[in-house]
Amino acid sequence: MAALPLSGTTADVHSTHLTIGNGPEPESLDPQKATSVSAGNVLRDLYEGLTGLSPSGELIPAAAESWTWSADGRELRLQLREGLCWSNGDPLLAEHYVAGLQHLLDPATNSGYASLFAAIEHGAEITAGRRPASDLGVMADDARSLRIRLDRPLASLPGLLAHPAASPLHPADRLAKPGNVRIGNGAYRLVEWAPQSRIVLARNPLYWNAVATTIERVQFIPTEDLNSELKRYRAGEFDITSTVPAAQAKWIREQLGSELHVATYLGSYFYGYNLTQPPFKAQPKLRLALSMVVDRELIVDKVLHGLATPAWSLVPPGISNYSAQRPAWAALPRAQQLAEARRLYAEAGYSMEHPVEVEIRYNTSDDNKRLAVVIAAMWKQALGVRVKLVNEEWKVFLQHRRSRVVTQAFRNTWIGDVDDASGFVELFGTQHPRNDSGYAEPAYDQVLQAAAEQTDPQQRRAALEAAERRLLEDAPILPIYFYASKHLVKPQVEGWQDNLLDWHYTKDLHLRAH
Amino acid sequence: MLSYAGRRLLTAVPTLFVLIALSFFLMHLAPGGPFDSERSLPPEIEARLAAEFHLDEPLWRQFGRYLGGLLHGDLGPSFQYEGQTVSGLIASGAPVSAAIGAAAMLLALSGGVALGAIAAMRPGSRLDRGLMLIALTGLSVPSYVVAPLLILIFALSLAWLPAGGWDGGIAAAVLPSIALALPQLAAIARLTRGALAEALDAPWIRTARAKGLPEHLIVLRHALKPALLPVLSYLGPAAAGLMTGSVVVEQVFGIPGIGRYFVQGALNRDYTLVLGVVLFYGALVIVFNFIVDLAYGALDPRVRLA
Amino acid sequence: MKLRELLRQPGVAMPALLLAMILLLAIVGPWFAPQPFDAIDFEADWGRGPSWAHPFGTDELGRDLFARVCVGGRLSLAVGLVSTLVALVIGIAWGAVAGYLGGRIDALMMRIVDILYALPFMFFVILLMVLFGRHWLLIFVAIGAVNWLDMARIVRGQTLALRRREFIDAAVIAGLGPAAIIRQHIVPNLIGVVIVCATLSIPQAILVESFLSFLGLGIQEPATSWGALVNDGARAMEVTPWGLIFPAGFLGLTLLCFNQLGDALREAFDGGALRRTRG
Repeated sequence: MAALPLSGTTADVHSTHLTIGNGPEPESLDPQKATSVSAGNVLRDLYEGLTGLSPSGELIPAAAESWTWSADGRELRLQLREGLCWSNGDPLLAEHYVAGLQHLLDPATNSGYASLFAAIEHGAEITAGRRPASDLGVMADDARSLRIRLDRPLASLPGLLAHPAASPLHPADRLAKPGNVRIGNGAYRLVEWAPQSRIVLARNPLYWNAVATTIERVQFIPTEDLNSELKRYRAGEFDITSTVPAAQAKWIREQLGSELHVATYLGSYFYGYNLTQPPFKAQPKLRLALSMVVDRELIVDKVLHGLATPAWSLVPPGISNYSAQRPAWAALPRAQQLAEARRLYAEAGYSMEHPVEVEIRYNTSDDNKRLAVVIAAMWKQALGVRVKLVNEEWKVFLQHRRSRVVTQAFRNTWIGDVDDASGFVELFGTQHPRNDSGYAEPAYDQVLQAAAEQTDPQQRRAALEAAERRLLEDAPILPIYFYASKHLVKPQVEGWQDNLLDWHYTKDLHLRAH
Repeated sequence: MLSYAGRRLLTAVPTLFVLIALSFFLMHLAPGGPFDSERSLPPEIEARLAAEFHLDEPLWRQFGRYLGGLLHGDLGPSFQYEGQTVSGLIASGAPVSAAIGAAAMLLALSGGVALGAIAAMRPGSRLDRGLMLIALTGLSVPSYVVAPLLILIFALSLAWLPAGGWDGGIAAAVLPSIALALPQLAAIARLTRGALAEALDAPWIRTARAKGLPEHLIVLRHALKPALLPVLSYLGPAAAGLMTGSVVVEQVFGIPGIGRYFVQGALNRDYTLVLGVVLFYGALVIVFNFIVDLAYGALDPRVRLA
Repeated sequence: MKLRELLRQPGVAMPALLLAMILLLAIVGPWFAPQPFDAIDFEADWGRGPSWAHPFGTDELGRDLFARVCVGGRLSLAVGLVSTLVALVIGIAWGAVAGYLGGRIDALMMRIVDILYALPFMFFVILLMVLFGRHWLLIFVAIGAVNWLDMARIVRGQTLALRRREFIDAAVIAGLGPAAIIRQHIVPNLIGVVIVCATLSIPQAILVESFLSFLGLGIQEPATSWGALVNDGARAMEVTPWGLIFPAGFLGLTLLCFNQLGDALREAFDGGALRRTRG
């Protein structure tokens, strides 16, 4: 394609410039505060954690070259690389990582990710305002060594440290006003942030491994409308898209097949049942019956066009040290599933003639809408269920879902932050703030507690798997599908690998001249 | 004249007050708050945030606080965009919206008047009917259909223009301006045609014709000026239409203007941002109507601004 | 003017006939559709082009588009008619009272209209939809509440002119009160203006509804409207063009007919003395 005479910013004018469609505008570029996916994409280039992920998603050393656990699993020691520095040339010290974690857990920061690190010694008390942030159990013994003490075992800590929320904090930024962009230590540094328009990064020559970064400039462009993003990608304005519209998947496969990257993502899409109100209160058979008649394979094939994986359980496949669970009925042939569902439906006291009436509540979005329409039709066809769809705007929906008063069946999702199963199963602990179903089962809580205190990986795994099996039997949810990360990536972009967390560092990408 | 302007200004104050009050209470009555999210914050953090933004106070106090800030020209901080002020966001978005809006207005006016005039020269002719049918069609197709069509044709098939985005260049403004202008262009063409056809029927025009003046001179010298009055009085509604349209166009083309801020702000309960945008638009409409009235007085000696 | 005379006016019969046909199709069409508008055929391929079984094709969930276009038409037309009715009632009452009473009351009432005029009303509709959810009744009322301002201004202007006529003086002398005069003598004489205004405000209302659908604030699935269908169709216009062409065709044709009809009626009633005002 020829360069446009009138436009100065087409992506392919310079072969070392990368332009990325990045979804909604990031709400902040403060690594300890930002929680959106789009902010994370930028922050991973601007900051480097103690650990990192390889292009394929394995945990690798980053700022820390090595780490070891203490024998009791309550202390992690990390050793930083030699000669690290910030993008402005100041030396990067272990205490800057301490400052970053203190800032994260400090209640004044109001970070949405503080709870991820609450297991660090005194972390929970600090966030609750009962202790000063300086009491946090993270210590710098010298410029290059760091110790993190834990209140309870947290096997996933090394992985968590790769998260942007655990980025270091430059001393000059300690008193920076919120929203100010801070000094970074990543492979790229910030050049320009024009809200709603673009975020421009340039290669950081002071990064410890700067010799390996070949892309000089990265632009992150906010894209709210998926169809517009697709058109701009096709017009050559983007090298990578944030996602693809499912409704056009078939066409994309035919036209741009080799550029489409679809991979399992650490997210689960399910319907929650409100267990505190009729019709689902104390009706496990009804809940299971409705779950059994949903044809997940058809949904993934025809509604999502293969851009997802069918789900019969909560925890996505592919998580380390965990094997995907599956209820026994999921393996039955479709006809038997339907028969079993009808039996349960009848035992719950309903029939085709006297069907249950259910509301499906979902927040406004194209995919949610299409899914709700199809599931309603499946329920109606198999069991005669009378369904009313209730589409609510996001904030209204959040409030209704949380208060558990008007909801019956409702759309729910969970996206994991780290490669670990506990975040998923803990959702249904009685006290969990996102237990929107109101599932309260003391036995379940006990298993969770046992898993949290377990330091032996095998036993912890067994406990978590037992918890999920219990959950699936009680059916406070109707699993539907596991998310897939989906991007269009131009053929000249090399080094892109699909991974479970959908994390991609620009430093690992290269542009082939064309 | 001056006193007229003064009185207009005085009525602008209650107008803006009604505007602010209505939007303020509507926004705050809406269920959900700015800090609700998928991940639900711990209660202590939520309480602290609410206190920081005074959301824990009674509504009338918050309203008073907001008005107090307004008197000092302070539109408050944005809830959604950390560390950004609403004034700052509007200052960054308004020039972009204004550039595209002005281009669209110019296009709609010049194109509409020209098409309308051509049609009016031969009322009832095939050309007239054809043009008016096209104009009606322009009015009948929503801009969210026109905009992607324009992208398909001019960005993807012909590759003449970018498919979206904003870099301050002319190329990036062409398609959005056209998409925004089309419905107004159609409306203005219809208005011009109607008024001009009527004016061309007037006795003094017949006199001019009898004197043997060429038709285009008759139109330009005698008929166009009075015929432009209804067009002029339509400019106020047209400006409002452009603002509404910008919500769609900015979203489809990914343009960082303030129309997008409004919808995003309303959905995210970014109270201050929504109020700021509404206030800005309201003030703009008032100023625009005022200018139109002044122009009206200048064009039509029968209208006295007293 | 009698209805028959009206239909004989140039440019009236054609759009009126087309509109009647569209209305008829919207009402009876679903009875002839191969499947109900919200039924999904799980066995079939979804998103297929027009065929004998599905004259307009099927949508991306395998629902019959012909049935959906008809049902969507019912809603769009209902939105247009009902919200115009709302606007008519408020607008006529407001304009007639202001125009007839005159003086300070008139000045005050019209100042209020001026103030409301300066509000970016579309934005209020968005806020209202966000606030109260998407009940179809609310859509009608919200759009009607936007459109009554034009109506009030025009009605007031006409009333001012009527007030100077002799039959009003006669009624006053006969001892009728203002309310009775407005009801018996003013409003019936406004009928021409009102018909023209209403015809032109229906397409406006239909467009506003489609705008709300674009923002995701429109009618609740599985119910649909032309606006919602066009919006879905526009997203996939390259893949399944029929999803856009049929609903957009009906929407466009309907708006075209209403606008054409409004213009023709205006000519018929008073040769263009009524100024078109749109907002």
